[in-house]
Amino acid sequence: MTVVLESRALSKRYGRRRGLTDCTLSVPAGRVAGLVGPNGAGKTTLLHLAVGLLEPTSGTIDVLGARPAASPEQLARIGFVAQDTPTYAGLTVADHLKLGARMNPGWDVGLARSRIGAIGLDPRQRAGKLSGGQRAQLALTLAIAKRPEFLLLDEPVSSLDPLARREFLQGLMEAVAEQGLSVLISSHLVADLERVCDYLIVLIDSRVQLSGDVDDLLASHRLLTGPLCDMAALPPRWQVVSASHTDRQSTLLIRTADPVHDPAWTVEQISMEDLVLAYMSKAANTPARDRTLEVQR
Amino acid sequence: MMWLTWRQFRTQAIAAATGLVLMAIVLAVSGVRLSDQFNASGIIGCQAHGSCEQLASNFLSTLKGSGYQVVFLIAVGLIYAVPGLIGLFWGAPLITREIEAGTFRLAWTQSVTRTRWLTIKVGVIGLAAMATAGLLSLMAGWWANPVYAASAKAGPRSTAVNRLEPALFGVSGIAPIGYAAFGFALGLTFGVLIRRTLPAMAATLAVFAGIQVAWPQLIRPHLLTPLRSIVPLDIANITGLMMNPGGDHMVVTASVNKPGAWILTNQSIDAAGHPFTGPATQACLNGGIQACNASVGRLHLRQLVTFQPASRFWTFQWYETAIFLALALALTWYCFWRVSRRRLT
Repeated sequence: MTVVLESRALSKRYGRRRGLTDCTLSVPAGRVAGLVGPNGAGKTTLLHLAVGLLEPTSGTIDVLGARPAASPEQLARIGFVAQDTPTYAGLTVADHLKLGARMNPGWDVGLARSRIGAIGLDPRQRAGKLSGGQRAQLALTLAIAKRPEFLLLDEPVSSLDPLARREFLQGLMEAVAEQGLSVLISSHLVADLERVCDYLIVLIDSRVQLSGDVDDLLASHRLLTGPLCDMAALPPRWQVVSASHTDRQSTLLIRTADPVHDPAWTVEQISMEDLVLAYMSKAANTPARDRTLEVQR
Repeated sequence: MMWLTWRQFRTQAIAAATGLVLMAIVLAVSGVRLSDQFNASGIIGCQAHGSCEQLASNFLSTLKGSGYQVVFLIAVGLIYAVPGLIGLFWGAPLITREIEAGTFRLAWTQSVTRTRWLTIKVGVIGLAAMATAGLLSLMAGWWANPVYAASAKAGPRSTAVNRLEPALFGVSGIAPIGYAAFGFALGLTFGVLIRRTLPAMAATLAVFAGIQVAWPQLIRPHLLTPLRSIVPLDIANITGLMMNPGGDHMVVTASVNKPGAWILTNQSIDAAGHPFTGPATQACLNGGIQACNASVGRLHLRQLVTFQPASRFWTFQWYETAIFLALALALTWYCFWRVSRRRLT
């Protein structure tokens, strides 16, 4: 299994504030990885470290086997769509394509032109006059037409309306399918990523809480409902992510490799959104020093 | 990268070029006429008439209050302002504009390292800054040639202009090139440090103007050890006599005839070499200028002048240009260090 991003004990501090803490990750190639977490969790910090806009305080990060932004060649292999999809307001759409062509040796003129045509952007339009959705599409075109191997997107759809959101993600998935890209896309809304991701990283309060293949994660987590139980008496191989109790009933989210045979429990499959929410509330209820880093390889 | 630099800089470049062309036209039209007037003044070959000082002085006094003076003042003001404006509008926003719009995240993730991005930006705009200031100074210098030539021949009491003195030194020769490079680098540095356009511009303006004012007073006079001249005080040259009502204090000043020199101090000293501060002579207390001057003559005072001679003009120019270019390089190096260490985001 080749990896596109590998980090070891990666940390970034902004003065006394923690941006990212002790992050050990390995994102496999050929996947669409979703980076999920609440606002301020450190998603942008991780992505900026991955594209070389930031330098780690400690730890290491390798992207496509090299230090991020170490050379023009390394930069040419990644595509980045930054948060709020920045473009030069005074430059036209055509200027942006020229910028991409002049600054990237692998620039695909045909791809850029056909994408701009398909979106219906007027090349003479200034980027400052574009709608949020159009600007996001322009930024995505710039990132895709440089023909990267690994595309990173920082909350690309968070400021878009539902229709623009769907069109953007559709365009992204088409490019992924055509070019065989590896993708890392962040969002604070799981719903955005549910349909596109096959790999999940949950980042909360500057720490990675969960990461792994979406199918594996969903298969290894189960939602159990049954009579009020004694938490100490549960099977030791069950890792309880969250538990809630009423007078007569217990509801547990557990992580286990084994099937649950005990007929006292009603077993339900869990959705990606429920899974992420469970980890978020777990993080919110646990003192920081007790949190364990869980990484599934 | 060259294309992007030009595309982002072209509006400012065109504005600067337009300004230069306009200034060139004004200076050329007015300069040709000024040159004709100089040729007709008889200053060239004046030794034959034996009245160089008078002819030069006459020529200079016809310029006073004329359109030429207006043109000269505009050129001087412009050359003073340009390095600061370059720092404000070319230097400070270079980085801050990218940070404020978030576009550094776009620019620095293309297949161009940020060091190369900065190299080309600083190279192109820095050279444009130096060229703008250099061309302005060159044009104004050409225009002012007759004025300087006449000034070198006019006497100490004429309205001669002196390009070694602080008022004109900074707008002559090659020094403006150094100031422009420094102003640009200073703006860039404040941009890198402050990261916001308006505060960076304000800091650039304050610091650059401060240096522009303080430098000629505090630092330039000491770049080369001044010369000293001690001559007997000639009562015919006395230009000022000041005494307090009691007469126990008196200061005598006399004019200095050193064409083109930058006079740093000019004072009267007594026979022992101490500055003469009084007491006033009885003749001066009684009034009557002739008798007073004669009595001062009998004190056997000497005139001590410290000065930088006119011949040092180009030495000062090279020193000053080199110093400001070195400062600009040091600031630019610091900016590169900050940017390459990713201390910006």
